[in-house]
Amino acid sequence: MTALDVGAALPRRKMDILPALTPLLAALVAAPLVGSLSTFLTLTAAGLAMGMMIFAMASGLTLVFGMMDVLNFGHGAFVALGAYVAALVLLPLAGWSSAGSVALNLAAFALAVTAAALVCGGFGWVFERLIVKPVYGQHLRQILATIGGAIVAEQLLYAVFGPDQIPLSLPATFQGSFVFGEAAVEKYRVLATLVGLAVFAGEMLVLNRTKIGLLIRAGVENREMVEALGYRIDRLFVGVFMCGSALAGIGGAMMALYRGQVHASIGAEFLVLCFIVIIIGGLGSVGGSFVASILVALIANYAGFLAPKLALVSNILAMVVVLLWRPRGLYPVSGR
Amino acid sequence: MTLLSGDPPRGLALRILIAVIVLGLALAPFLFPGAKAFNVAAKICVMILLAASYDLLLGYAGIVSFAHVMFFGVGAYGAGLALYGLGPTWAALAAGLVVAFALSLLLALAIGLFSLRVQSIFFAMVTLAVAYAFNVLASQLSWLTGGEDGRSFKAPPALQPGFKWLAHPILGVQANGKLLAYYLVFAAAALAFLVLLRVANSPFGRVLQAIRENPFRAEALGYRIVIHRTLATCISALGATLAGALSALWLRYVGPDTALSFSIQVDVLVMVVVGGMGSLYGAIVGAAIFVLAESYLQDAMGGLSQLASDARLPLLPALFHPDRWLLWLGLAFILAVYFAPAGIVGALSGEGAGFSAEGAESRAPGASRLLSRLRGRRA
Repeated sequence: MTALDVGAALPRRKMDILPALTPLLAALVAAPLVGSLSTFLTLTAAGLAMGMMIFAMASGLTLVFGMMDVLNFGHGAFVALGAYVAALVLLPLAGWSSAGSVALNLAAFALAVTAAALVCGGFGWVFERLIVKPVYGQHLRQILATIGGAIVAEQLLYAVFGPDQIPLSLPATFQGSFVFGEAAVEKYRVLATLVGLAVFAGEMLVLNRTKIGLLIRAGVENREMVEALGYRIDRLFVGVFMCGSALAGIGGAMMALYRGQVHASIGAEFLVLCFIVIIIGGLGSVGGSFVASILVALIANYAGFLAPKLALVSNILAMVVVLLWRPRGLYPVSGR
Repeated sequence: MTLLSGDPPRGLALRILIAVIVLGLALAPFLFPGAKAFNVAAKICVMILLAASYDLLLGYAGIVSFAHVMFFGVGAYGAGLALYGLGPTWAALAAGLVVAFALSLLLALAIGLFSLRVQSIFFAMVTLAVAYAFNVLASQLSWLTGGEDGRSFKAPPALQPGFKWLAHPILGVQANGKLLAYYLVFAAAALAFLVLLRVANSPFGRVLQAIRENPFRAEALGYRIVIHRTLATCISALGATLAGALSALWLRYVGPDTALSFSIQVDVLVMVVVGGMGSLYGAIVGAAIFVLAESYLQDAMGGLSQLASDARLPLLPALFHPDRWLLWLGLAFILAVYFAPAGIVGALSGEGAGFSAEGAESRAPGASRLLSRLRGRRA
């Protein structure tokens, strides 16, 4: 029986490279318009950092949608929760983050982000059991139930943490900028980009190189078949939902540090952006949401410099243009 | 009976409740003295129209839209900016209304044709994004809209509080322009509600329900899904536009907080779901309960919060804080979604079947998923 070589690699699916080049295209178009090279570099670096933070949030949303067919309108609440957890961790650690030592600063940052991920993951479990589980497979009630969950969660955040903004300061090491010639790049943006890349690499590794990832990808393609093969799909669901919530928490924590303040309204604000990103990227596609996050953030940054009034509408325009080109997003997921 | 398009509220309890609400609104200026009660009654009228037009989309067509408040805002800004820019005349109001209706229609057509081809879930996201962008746009274009501050303007002379059309008070109520304005709002909302009821009970409304129950089968029977859904979006947008214009006319102010904020969208969603999806009477009940709760529940909650903090209970004072009233309505909303899909109206009329699409889906999830696969492949 040599005809069937089980160990041989399957023929690789051809990588569609074109959509991945769209952020580059945006940068190339914007470069001559911006004019000065140093401004362009600063804007691009800011866009990349912003994109990475958005990616952390959006990939959680798209993962949950791709796997469970659940569009979670409560995702924003986890973003806000992550921000509050980061504040709760960092405020008592003021000594660490104001110390001159890089190690202590990094430890404070890592602790805040990890705590945000863990707490959000935990509450993700509660949210999935209470809100989402009873309405699997019913889109309309799902949307309504998760909106209800989002309302209650936001109000609870207000009740627990109060309606006012909580100021939050960056650890000392990450304040200020690196200066290359005339271009200034904030240090925190470099850190955020690195963390975002790490999150992306981690997700890609888990999805493509582990058994859990294999099951998740199989579940995205065909849920019934995975069930028929004897895997407890509901456990997988909870796990994916918790990961999605944890990713939202990571994104929220980083964004809160970037902004220097925490407020529950951050949730609703980024929920809209996450939706735009996952629509552009292709619903359910992690890689697509990575490209789309960078694209959206770059365009928003360039537009913010060139035509400030258009900056916030630029996302919508980007979405419309992309959908006219690829109606199902940059990287459509098959079977959906 | 013809007035109600052959679709009166079912069940005695519901009839009494609807009658009480409508009579209460019709006689509000005489029954409930005081400026606050007056404002609450006008707000209920506006919200009934807004919620009813939303229910046509959510309850009848089964489409979740987050851009409904955008159309409300178009109406409010249309009427408000016309009265602000062209002076307080009826002609200016009419011009503003025409522009607002045209803009709403255009936007609804564009959104519908663009995004209703795909899944309803896609429509939900696109409308959310568009509504958000519109909100930003309205506060950015401050030369036109007044930005975050909005615009205060004067109503046409006959509706101004200083206008006296009778020297004597009627039953102790000043016969001034404010009273006229209230009855204008009431009459317009009532008329528009009856029109919506007519639409919902027309053959067109039946097709919408058929599409909601089973889009695949409805299309197989020869009904163009995209066209029907887009048309429903347009009609409900026009209703929302009128509601917005009435709201602006009553408040004599238009700004992002009162006309475009996302919280209004959430409020309308809560009203429709708690009142009862798939029955326009649900909008009446939901809007009345919601606005009353918003206006008066806060006082009660303030008392509870005080009690809890006197008893030194942890967290409870914060949970019962008057600003947290939406928390409790949010809980009611979730419970309604799970246990009473037909809302208060469904419970009172003794039938839970007002909204069975999801029921069918939950009975045979595999089958409906298979259908949606087929649909996806065909597209």
